[in-house]
Parts: sequence; structure tokens; C-alpha cells
Amino acid sequence: MVALVALLLLWPMLQASEFQPWILFDKQSLSATWQFLSGFVPPAHSPEFLAMLMAATWQTVAIATAGLVLALLAAIPLTLLATASLSVSRLESGRMRSVAVLVRQSARWLLVVLRSVPELVWALLFVRIVGLGPTAGVLAIALTYSGMLGKVYAEILESSDTDASAALLRNGSGRLAALCYGALPEAAAELVSYTTYRWECAIRGSVIMGFVGAGGIGQRMDESMKMLAGAEVSSMLLVFVLLVAAADQVSSFMRKRLL
Amino acid sequence: MDRRALTPPPVIARTTLLVLLGLLVLVIASFTSLDMQWGELFSADALRSSREFLGGFAPPEMAIPFLRKVAQATWETFSMSALGTLLALLLGLALALPGSGRFGSAARVVVRLLLNVLRSIPELVWAVILLIAAGLGPFAGTLALAAHTTGVLGRLFADALENLPREHEETLRINGATPMTAFCYAALPQILPQLLSYTLYRWENNIRAAAILGVVGAGGLGQMLKYHLSLFHMQQAATVILAMLLMIMLVDGASFWLRRKLNGV
Repeated sequence: MVALVALLLLWPMLQASEFQPWILFDKQSLSATWQFLSGFVPPAHSPEFLAMLMAATWQTVAIATAGLVLALLAAIPLTLLATASLSVSRLESGRMRSVAVLVRQSARWLLVVLRSVPELVWALLFVRIVGLGPTAGVLAIALTYSGMLGKVYAEILESSDTDASAALLRNGSGRLAALCYGALPEAAAELVSYTTYRWECAIRGSVIMGFVGAGGIGQRMDESMKMLAGAEVSSMLLVFVLLVAAADQVSSFMRKRLL
Repeated sequence: MDRRALTPPPVIARTTLLVLLGLLVLVIASFTSLDMQWGELFSADALRSSREFLGGFAPPEMAIPFLRKVAQATWETFSMSALGTLLALLLGLALALPGSGRFGSAARVVVRLLLNVLRSIPELVWAVILLIAAGLGPFAGTLALAAHTTGVLGRLFADALENLPREHEETLRINGATPMTAFCYAALPQILPQLLSYTLYRWENNIRAAAILGVVGAGGLGQMLKYHLSLFHMQQAATVILAMLLMIMLVDGASFWLRRKLNGV
């Protein structure tokens, strides 16, 4: 039954995605591809190109880092609002006050909206508002990632052991103190590890946003692609693969170090 | 009164301090090296123009012919993500066999390297490259999704196969089954649930990716969004963004439901 439905769906899907593998092999497309790919070897390596590439790569990393820091600034207060286990009114009666429920739910909805819009769409919008350049990328990462971080932080805090923070709150500590001394020690490892993972994602994201004009290595790659400069594209791809691998290493090192 | 000494504060290792210091330097360097136009962003002029910009989105365009076009693009995006994931499932499985060392260790190293390269180039970059071979349109997008997802799934499958206890397969082999038969009847059934749940998870990711691939000309909703935004058709763009959000939420729901069914909860 499932197989039949799948087969019936497959045909219109093939149609809709214009799935025609043979056009890959017609003469015109083969020669264009060949011409482009043959430029890949050797990769571009003139000193001024490499200097430009280094600057663009740093810009990509800087966009990701700055965006993530701004996202943290927004995500931490939103997490405080959205985390149910830090609710004071819930401790007494098992139910939250209706105002608290309202505030908490609206914080959650804000987080949902922030992270549901893809970062590239935010970047497209910000490029229209603040113009081409890294500012649009930083803002786009800040918005999307504050939604992601806020939601996951709240989930981590709620699913870790809440006895300590509940005891603190019962004895009259403030929420911030309960967070710092009760909830954070339980969840710190997981929070740090998720944040470094997101930093890695932000680097990938900031490359992609370059393609809509938000600066960094993506923007340079877009320009080289438009000129069909195979040699430049191949060295950019190499740098890109290395950058992702390095971010991977750094984030796994930090996770080990800070836990 | 009995006064106990307080427990000494925890010792922070020097390397940890160095890592934290390095982080601080990274953050400061990032903010200072980027030429951020904060002043422009928060000036009265910018506030007014962004309010105008955002105001242009309301109300979203709701004319029937336009909605029909949006529905068509949504279906195109959906098809791209589903086909791309399906292709990646098949290719990933095919590459996972050599990738898990079933055809010798040389093949394993080569295939793992290939999978790593496929994986570390994001969908959008694949799309830009594949546009040259496949031309503008959803086909390039489908292939781009398939290329990246093959890298991701292939590696996960290969890891799953390597971590599998070998006894069942070896029993079949000792009793005279061919390697392929032994794989299909012993290894595959064991990893199938894991494999399907990875694939569904990637599909959720791919629907998001498919929605934006069009920005570089690879079809679907993204292409419409880019088109209308570049012509400053704000109300149409708002409809396209709403359609994206709706589609992403529906697919998330469907995949959540399917995964629960698969896991038998």
C-alpha cells in the first residue's frame, strides 16, 4: 500500500523537479562542464589572490563569531523567560500564574518565528535594509541562531535535574541566582557543547550567505562562479573544505577542554 | 560553634584559561575587524526605511492566480527535497558498503575521503557548481541536495555498518551464502530502522535547504522569493515566505509522526 502510494507520488515529483539526467550528457553541457572543470587544475595561487582569499576567509569566520555572540545576547534573556523550571509561581501551586504563562508562551513563539525563517532569507532581507556587506550576515545569523539557541537552551535546562534550582527558588533565591547556582552546573556541559556545534554551523551558514551579498568567502566564490573562473573556484573549494574541517577540530577540542 | 573550613574553590586548569582567553580574543577581533555600520543601522533614517520596508510586506498577496503559482513552486520544492533525499539514500547505501571496509581497506579510505568532500560542501555551493552542468532549474537543485546528503548519509550508514556485531553475517557466510545475500539478510535488517530515521531527519533538513536553493537559480520557492524581492514586490515576497514556513512546519510534523510510527511508540 505504502509502496503503491510512493510510486504514484514519484512520477509527478520527477516531473516537477524536471528530472532529466540525460541533459547532463548532451554535447553542450558536457563541453561547458569540461571547460569549467579543466580550469580547476592547478588552483589559483597568485600571492594577491591568496591574500584576498585569506581576508575573505577571516571575514567569514568573523561574521559567524560576531553573529553567534549577538545571538547569545538575545538568546539568554529569552531562555530565562521560556524555561518553565525557573518559574516561581509554578513552585507553589504547580500552576503558573496566567501572566507568567502568557509571557512564557510569547517568548516561545518568538523563538519559533526567529528560527523558522531560514538564515538565507533573513540575509536577503537585511541586504535590502543595510546594504551589501558583512553587517547583513551578522544580523541574519544573530536572529536565526538566537531562536535556535534559546529553544534548545530551554529544553536542556528543563530536561536536566531541576531539584537544585527548585530548592533554591523555594528558599527565596532570585531566578538569576537559581540559574547560576542550581541549573547551570547541571547543564553546563551540554550547553557548551551545543553552542560550539552551533558555531560550526554558523561558519557554514556565513559562507552560504555570501552568495546573496553578505560578505566573506561566499561572496568571492559567487563572483568567481559568475566569471566561470575554474582555478579560483577550485582553490576556494579547497579552502572551504579545510575551513570546515578546522572548525570541526576546534569545536571538538573546545568541547573536550571545557567539559 | 563548630566551624568547618569552606571547601576550596575548584581549580581551573591553565589550558582552560588559555582557551577562554583565545575565545575572548576571537570575539573581540571579529567585532573590530568587521566594518559594521551600527550607526547607520540605528539611525532615525534607517529605522524609518526599515519600517517602510517591513510595512511593504502587509498584506501578503492573496490573489488566486498568484497563490496557484506559489502552490506550484511549493510542490516543486517538496519534490526536489524528496527526490534528492531518495537519491542520497540509494547512493549513500551503495557507498556505505565500501566505506565500511567491506571491499578492502584501500577502498574504505578512498570512499571515506569522497564522502567527506561531498559532505563538507554545502547544498547551496553544490547547486552553484551544478548549475553549469544541469542548467537553471530544479534539476540542479535536486542533484545538489543529493550530493551533499549522500556525503552525510553515506558516512552515517558506514559508521552504523562498522559498529554492527559481525556474528550474524559471518554465520550466513560460513554456511555458504554469498556476501551480498549475507548483507541483505543479516546486516541490513539490523540497521534498517536507524537508517530510515537518519534519512527522515535529513529530509527535514533538505526541505529547508530546498526552499532556499532557488536563490542561486535552482528552482522552487527560493527562486520566486529572489525574483520578487529583487523587483521589490514585497507583498508577493511575503506570501512566498509564508508558504515556506507553512511547508517546513507541515513536513516537520509529518516526519515527527512517521518517526514515531517507525520506532513503534
